[in-house]
Amino acid sequence: MYVAVKGGERAIDNAHAWLAEERRGDTAIPELTVAQIRSQMALAVNRVMAEGSLFDPDLAALAIKQARGDLIEAVFLIRAYRTTLPRLGASNPVDTGAMQPDRRISATFKDLPGGQVLGPTFDYTHRLLDFALMAGGATRTSPQRQEEAPPSPLAGEGRGGGVPQPVPHVTEILNRDGLIEALAASDATPPDLTREPMELPADRALRLQALARGDEGFVLSMAYSTQRGYGRTHAFVGELRIGRVAVEVDIPELGFAVEIGEIEVTECETVNQFKGSKTEPPQFTRGYGLVLGQSERKAISMSLVDRALRWKELGEDNIGAPAQDEEFVLMHCDNIQATGFLEHIKLPHYVDFQAELELVRRLRAEATALREAAE
Amino acid sequence: MTAPAIAYNFAYLDEQTKRMIRRAILKGIAVPGYQVPFASREMPMPYGWGTGGVQVTAACLVPEDRLKVIDQGADDTTNAVSIRRFFQRTAGVAVTEATADATVIQTRHRIPETPLTEGQILVYQVPIPEPLRFLEPRETETRKMHELEEYGLMHVKLYEDIARHGQIATAYAYPVRVEGRYVMDPSPIPKFDNPKLTANPAIQLFGAGREQRIYALPPYAEVVSLDFEDHPFQATKAAHDCDLCGAKVSYLDEVITDDAGGRMFVCSDTDFCAGRRARGLIGRLGGDQKSSKTFANSFQGIWPGTEGAP
Repeated sequence: MYVAVKGGERAIDNAHAWLAEERRGDTAIPELTVAQIRSQMALAVNRVMAEGSLFDPDLAALAIKQARGDLIEAVFLIRAYRTTLPRLGASNPVDTGAMQPDRRISATFKDLPGGQVLGPTFDYTHRLLDFALMAGGATRTSPQRQEEAPPSPLAGEGRGGGVPQPVPHVTEILNRDGLIEALAASDATPPDLTREPMELPADRALRLQALARGDEGFVLSMAYSTQRGYGRTHAFVGELRIGRVAVEVDIPELGFAVEIGEIEVTECETVNQFKGSKTEPPQFTRGYGLVLGQSERKAISMSLVDRALRWKELGEDNIGAPAQDEEFVLMHCDNIQATGFLEHIKLPHYVDFQAELELVRRLRAEATALREAAE
Repeated sequence: MTAPAIAYNFAYLDEQTKRMIRRAILKGIAVPGYQVPFASREMPMPYGWGTGGVQVTAACLVPEDRLKVIDQGADDTTNAVSIRRFFQRTAGVAVTEATADATVIQTRHRIPETPLTEGQILVYQVPIPEPLRFLEPRETETRKMHELEEYGLMHVKLYEDIARHGQIATAYAYPVRVEGRYVMDPSPIPKFDNPKLTANPAIQLFGAGREQRIYALPPYAEVVSLDFEDHPFQATKAAHDCDLCGAKVSYLDEVITDDAGGRMFVCSDTDFCAGRRARGLIGRLGGDQKSSKTFANSFQGIWPGTEGAP
């Protein structure tokens, strides 16, 4: 009975105890360790880090364990933890051009400086269940790893060493010929939606921040809708790169920047067809996505949505597509906000419902009286 | 009472965050009914569970406070229990169920029946702070409408209600106008509670966490429920007395007691109801073996074998 929601102190304790028991599951089966989740569920860990806006694979793995594999719940745990951390400062912009990518592909050029590096990708795998994994069969190791230098201590398992080659951005190659829109560098402090209330209209930096921590499913669907014609931007993946970048912070006392660590990121730059508008000449335009960890679906989606949201600055028409609607996208892309508000309707609402009951009863009584008077 | 957890600052939020929230509160009090944007933090409970109210309460609490938390008027609903525990754990403040004894009251969906007094703070949890939201979904538009005091749309909506239903068909979250200026959403309180908003000696603070807004009513602010001269505002409740304490003037919850149309009506304000019964005031079904806490589990045949069954 719903009223039993009252008197809930003991019920809450019991529910939490039961939850803990269910989380552990069958005790005859060994308990998952956080290290196992971190290293074997790395893409789930990446998603939790990206949407939780916190680069910490151990904590993300812990959150996944605690959340019983519910990734949105895990993101929530990370976000709630993240708020308690002081913000000490802002890093310098990370230089993705200096990245030694584990994966780097361009869909616009067959070959290019730095080469095409497939890296650890599901692309071109046949999606056949591998029953050997179920039987605990041996894992294949990559031939490169066998032959080459020991893995870099900065990179995870399975990555070769080798001599660093410069890997310039594809968009820079296009930029040299003036074929793609020029973007002025800026030293402006980017806005931070975790410290300031979201204000609309938002600038591009704020939009990108919101998208970077937005729900992968939501951003994916928005991007997909542009491909199907709701605000089409004709995107080519100019470049997708995944790898580790150094994070540097200026230390005022020292007068120079110090590297404080490395993070893995996925960067996607789209090159979008553009026939010119009332204000801009024909040239290629850009969409941009940058996501913590290896999260290429999210990075590509993000760059498509970013490009669609730029209709105004490029002088394009607003055709009323959802992905062009900044307020719609930004106000609804956060899954922690969305799931909280959605699920809160299971909290008691009987005071309001009672008010509605009385209203409906009164309206019905009046309607009935009117009908009877008419008859 | 549990000792405050050492790992967190008093009342969970760090001092800079509390300062930021207090500034928003002060601005809200200075401009009654105006929605002040604030940098809402992610709290360890979900959005929609009262994160705005919790942040406002956290920013107001001092160690000497006595906190009361209610949801649907009751101190013992699960979410009220959870929020009260949160502050016991993180702030170590005293808690109470007595409205008159509390210095800070956090509420969801009700204003206590016992009149508030000077020096008390009533903190409302707000899901959608924008009274115009369901008329105009865009924040960029509604902010402009407030700036220009362009509230015609709201009056048209109320008028259409009357044209269609013969009366204004809003039963809760009934819009009000504050000090003749801002139209404000009083949070989803039943409109029965609206008259308590005006000239209230307590400070009334409204926190919307997910929507990042705080607004306020300073003590004795003038708050008028929107209406028309020929269709004046009416506070409504179920046409019954409380079956436990016999109160005629309190807001009532309807409780289904069997599957054959049986029902009883009880005060939604559990402290008010218990106080009356303690003074010997008894309603139709209010034999002294029943309290609102235990009666929920006391229906024989429907919910057998639980504690408190008579």
